[in-house]
Amino acid sequence: MKHTGLIGIILGFVLTASVCMAAPIKIGAIFSVTGPASFLGEPEKNTVLLLQEQINANGGIHGQPVEVIVYDDESDVNKCVMAAKKLLDQDQVSVVIGPSISGNTLAIARFFSSAKVPLISCAAAEKIVSPVLPWIFNTPQLDRHVVIKILQDAQAKGYSRLAVLTVSDGYGQAGRAVLKERIPADGFVLVADEVYGPKDTDMTAQLTSIKAQNPDAIICWGTNPGPAVVARNRMQLGLTTPLYMSHGVASDKFIELAGEAAEGLVLPAGRLVAVDQVPADHPQKPVLDSYVQGYTGKFNTAISSFGGYAHDAFMLVAEAIRLGNSAQPADIRDNLEKITAFPGTTGVYSYTPDNHNGLDESAFIMVTISQGAWSVTN
Amino acid sequence: MAYRRDMYWLAAFFTVLMLAPLAMPNNYYLTVLIMCCLHAMNAVGLCLLVGHAGQISLGHAGFYGLAAYTSAFLSTTIGLPVGLSMLAGIGAGTVTSVLVGLPSLKLHGHYLAMATLGFGVILSILFTETIDITGGPSGFVGIPGLSVFGYELTNDASIYRVVALGLCLIVWLAFNVLHSRIGRALRALHTSEKAAQAMGVDVARYKLFVFVLSAFFSSVAGVLYAHYLTFIAPASFGFMFSVEIIVMVVLGGMISVPGSIIGAFFLTVLPEFLRAFENSEIILFGAILVLCMIFLPDGLAGGWNRLWQRLRAASAQASLRKQI
Repeated sequence: MKHTGLIGIILGFVLTASVCMAAPIKIGAIFSVTGPASFLGEPEKNTVLLLQEQINANGGIHGQPVEVIVYDDESDVNKCVMAAKKLLDQDQVSVVIGPSISGNTLAIARFFSSAKVPLISCAAAEKIVSPVLPWIFNTPQLDRHVVIKILQDAQAKGYSRLAVLTVSDGYGQAGRAVLKERIPADGFVLVADEVYGPKDTDMTAQLTSIKAQNPDAIICWGTNPGPAVVARNRMQLGLTTPLYMSHGVASDKFIELAGEAAEGLVLPAGRLVAVDQVPADHPQKPVLDSYVQGYTGKFNTAISSFGGYAHDAFMLVAEAIRLGNSAQPADIRDNLEKITAFPGTTGVYSYTPDNHNGLDESAFIMVTISQGAWSVTN
Repeated sequence: MAYRRDMYWLAAFFTVLMLAPLAMPNNYYLTVLIMCCLHAMNAVGLCLLVGHAGQISLGHAGFYGLAAYTSAFLSTTIGLPVGLSMLAGIGAGTVTSVLVGLPSLKLHGHYLAMATLGFGVILSILFTETIDITGGPSGFVGIPGLSVFGYELTNDASIYRVVALGLCLIVWLAFNVLHSRIGRALRALHTSEKAAQAMGVDVARYKLFVFVLSAFFSSVAGVLYAHYLTFIAPASFGFMFSVEIIVMVVLGGMISVPGSIIGAFFLTVLPEFLRAFENSEIILFGAILVLCMIFLPDGLAGGWNRLWQRLRAASAQASLRKQI
């Protein structure tokens, strides 16, 4: 009986010690799991939860487990602001991954600058990283990289008169701005600039007026389902003009939606769409393989490049914590800028103080859709 | 009597709002409260329009957005002082409501709903398409922060005080309108337009007045929103937000100003609380709304009144029994 106190004290010590050792690194995440952008948020959320499980099963980062707190912003700006405030003020996380969409990222960026906590966005708008804000990073390829990649391909094929067809939402208009800047700058002629609405179900009118200009190729910029309708309308009109798509449709869903009309379309895509065609000696190969196996094994759904953005953000954060052996927000930020040639699923990242995106156009491969599958052309 | 009761309520509400930050453990709660107050401003306006005057508007998100964008454009692109652009924003929202109200308030019921809906959609398209002015669908970035008389408010606590004070002023204005000749005219108009007209109420003028007043409240909320968040996007001012305000008013209790405020607070806070339930969040949210509408047909405020009356009756009965 008289040992009870002693045992209690020892037990107390052991418990406190284990609690100290196990103080988790808190990583916040905001994704649009529901609402119009759920096609982005859902795989992103799955991915960070999968990575949390994998890292903790391997003993965490430097022995510290990781605790991921995910909030859904319902694709809504106000909900996103509140989620960001909650992560910063209440949960006091070291770093935040997300949000899924550009508007929400721009809305909350200010709070991260004043709270001095790094934000690694999974949204692609150029405004996020240009001009560079010290606390804001992103992982997706920029629209500029996509446009450069498409124009390189067009140049190689000898096209000179180009038409663009973009969707009137944030994604489409950001792409349109870069297209309108680069096409004349790279020596092409922009012969038509057509826009369609995100909910339109027929783009025959736009394609007909493009056809009248007789371009060498058409560049369509949108996310599902619009571009699938464009592909179908093109076939119905009997247009043989080559059609480029943007990376916004680089998922199997697009082939499913467009059916036969997808045949022969060319687009730039991340290597994630055609993992088995990536050469074995490519630096991204091991990362791609392990992500695809882990994700499809756990969730039993097809992989999407959007989940890859969250994967890369998470792994970059983990790498920054490893580099500096510190999970302090300011140290994570400083060490993120020291990361060079870090292979992710999207591309090979090198962050610097002037470059918070870390990628270039080599993050893309040009793929052609043939017989309902992706085939890498270069 | 009723006026004095409302003023007591307002005084109590003001005190609670001003003391609330002391009970808040961190800034996150302040952000939620600021959003509550902004939504409540919209709801109070619609409570007058829908609950008291019996008109409908599905376009108030348009006024909210128009004021926000006007102020954002003037202060950011043109470089006017924030205070001045806010006044201009409120002015733009209010003047537009006169122009919209003049023709559309001649309509009734579904037709009025359609007209205001159309107006809201037109504005929403305007915000999305005029990329050079509004920044388009990805939003307007870099709006200067809220400032009052040249003094910039940097922390959430001071912004919250300004917004809460704004809400209380709006409620005070609403109570005064309701307890005046105008308020009585509006109630007459709600019961029967023809009867009100026969009694000498200038129906068209009062309808326009209350429409413009509610748009004014929404415009005030809009400029505060723009300069609080320093970022606005067209998605915040779409058709769904107009519907959301109506739901707040209906849920809170159509004819009660405090009710519509409670409705706005309830609908803004509830999703935040439900975050804990992650995947079933939306189902729970829907279920709570359905249950409220089944069991509290007069809204949250009506339900509270009924409960209060029942308790009073019970206690009166008990004291009666004791006396016997």
